[in-house]
Amino acid sequence: MPEMTFVEATLEALDNAMARDPSIFVVGEGIGERGGNFNTTVGLYDKYGPERLCDTPISERGFVGMCAGAAMTGTRPVVDFMFFDFILDAFGELVNQIAKMQYMSSGRLKMPILLRGAIGIGHSAATHHSGSYYPIFAHLPGFRVVVPSVPSDAKGLFATALQSDDPVLFLEHKSLLFNRGEVPEGEYTIPFGQARIAREGTDCTLVAIGSMVDKTLAACERLAEEGISCEVIDPRTIAPLDMETVLASVHKTGRLLIVDETFQPCGVGAEISAQVIYRGFDDLDAPIRRLNGAHVPTPYSPTLEEATVPEAEEIEQSIRDLLAE
Amino acid sequence: MPESEQLLALYREMLIIRYTEEQLARSHQMGLIHGACHTYVGEEAIATGVCAHLRPDDAVFSTHRGHGHALAKGVSPREVIAELFGRSTGCSEGRGGSMHLFKPEVGMMGTSGIVGPCILQAAGAGYSFKLLKSDQIGVAFFGDGAVNNGAFHEGLNLASIWKLPTLFVCENNMYATEVPFAYSAGNPHVGNRGPAYGMKSLTVDGNDILAVYEAAGEAAQRARGGEGPTLIECRTYRTRAHAEGMRDAGYRTPEEVEEWKARDPITRYNGWLLENEEAGPETLAAIEAEVKEMVADAEEFARNSPWPEADTVSEHVFSQR
Repeated sequence: MPEMTFVEATLEALDNAMARDPSIFVVGEGIGERGGNFNTTVGLYDKYGPERLCDTPISERGFVGMCAGAAMTGTRPVVDFMFFDFILDAFGELVNQIAKMQYMSSGRLKMPILLRGAIGIGHSAATHHSGSYYPIFAHLPGFRVVVPSVPSDAKGLFATALQSDDPVLFLEHKSLLFNRGEVPEGEYTIPFGQARIAREGTDCTLVAIGSMVDKTLAACERLAEEGISCEVIDPRTIAPLDMETVLASVHKTGRLLIVDETFQPCGVGAEISAQVIYRGFDDLDAPIRRLNGAHVPTPYSPTLEEATVPEAEEIEQSIRDLLAE
Repeated sequence: MPESEQLLALYREMLIIRYTEEQLARSHQMGLIHGACHTYVGEEAIATGVCAHLRPDDAVFSTHRGHGHALAKGVSPREVIAELFGRSTGCSEGRGGSMHLFKPEVGMMGTSGIVGPCILQAAGAGYSFKLLKSDQIGVAFFGDGAVNNGAFHEGLNLASIWKLPTLFVCENNMYATEVPFAYSAGNPHVGNRGPAYGMKSLTVDGNDILAVYEAAGEAAQRARGGEGPTLIECRTYRTRAHAEGMRDAGYRTPEEVEEWKARDPITRYNGWLLENEEAGPETLAAIEAEVKEMVADAEEFARNSPWPEADTVSEHVFSQR
């Protein structure tokens, strides 16, 4: 199987879809001839031209609202935000228009719009270039929210997003973009709402999201040397959320820790916990734990920035604490 | 100048809007409308004059005062009234109400409770049509209130740089809810703002159906021909309150309302048709009677229509695919 980066994997999926479907076009700042700040569209401008690789002014609300209208009238826009933080300037268009359009029109309009951007803390990007925000969107009816962690999933989930008639938010953690991994050749899709078991185990269940998957796997690797067996679940999509896989795992292990870089209050971990308590209460041998990034705007200085993100050592300690309950 | 047959069609369309709106106002008083109801009384010439140039596959995006746009674009009075009554036969099957009227089958892509987005969405329709190499056009109807919103600036700029086949129709009725446009805009003219975006723009008397018809016809032709967007300011006035049931005082004088009532677009056009011998009084009276009956039938249809089934509440959040 060939190896490629996370970005190369989504680029291949985008290229395949654009070759087949002339209604797909991409908008964003510097995504045309330049190929995108994160190389997300490299080479496509020469193949598909300026109307399908459309450079925009710095006008997020404008082009997101415009793409809503395009999606309602027969084309399939892909909005490349570069940094996902910029989507907030278009929040009203997203929440009041894009997410509600299918419902308001009683299902007679579709909303095939894909919104992608880099999320996450790292490289002293500071607070306007480090947000993730996916719990906010998962809270609202109408969005599909995808947070992949490995290149092979990124390719298959991106292909699914490009075929979806629903608005899809595709969030790519900056620290993963240039990670390499094995990626199947050719075209394939991965359904939304189907978690991936990243590591099988019997002593505890760890749900890890985005960049936390690799860090959690590293912690499990160390604990395995002591004979501790952890199961790691990567939900891959936050909405829809595959609770069946989580519940089946907790049924087996009796213990659950959710590791997520985004904020704890009203977050993904809170939702998973509530569902496990309601549907799997008798399976639990210990209180559910959550490990999250600090509930602060992301600071700039490396020492402060590091203090906001869970690292492998901290995850390892949380697992030990969970098993000691 | 439109053909004689078209002249009467314009008259009939304006009456459909007027009588439907007057019916909705009565129904609101009777408690048959459950939410807000912003009528278009006094502004009928604009939707009528613009939509006369549109085909069913052209896309209209509208605002909270949108009943007239929906009707002129081909949504029937039955479907509009039933939607406001919250019935399953409404154009949005009861999921929308007054401010969310949808009928994509005839190119009515929605009215909106938020001021501004229709401008961006109409530009987006223009982008689709340009990409798909069709000669369809996108049209945004919005009030003077939207002109001070960022969506106006961003949408016009995007439409201009990409020469999108889009019409931006501003219905300047002088008040954003109850705030005067003259107070809220540093430049209280809309029709001269086009050049700021490299776009053709003009101002017309929005209560003159023939002036609107002519301006919109030229703009539509330019858009279909690949010559880009146009901004049309239509000066007009709503003669009823901002919304039914709201107090209509403290921000405008009764004299001002009366003055504008005297410029009523339907009365004016009726006089013009008679004066120019385009129609006799019997012909016009027959049209009035026919439309009255149509609206009465629509109200009865809506009142007798079934409610949506409660167990369908979660349908259509996502596509069925």
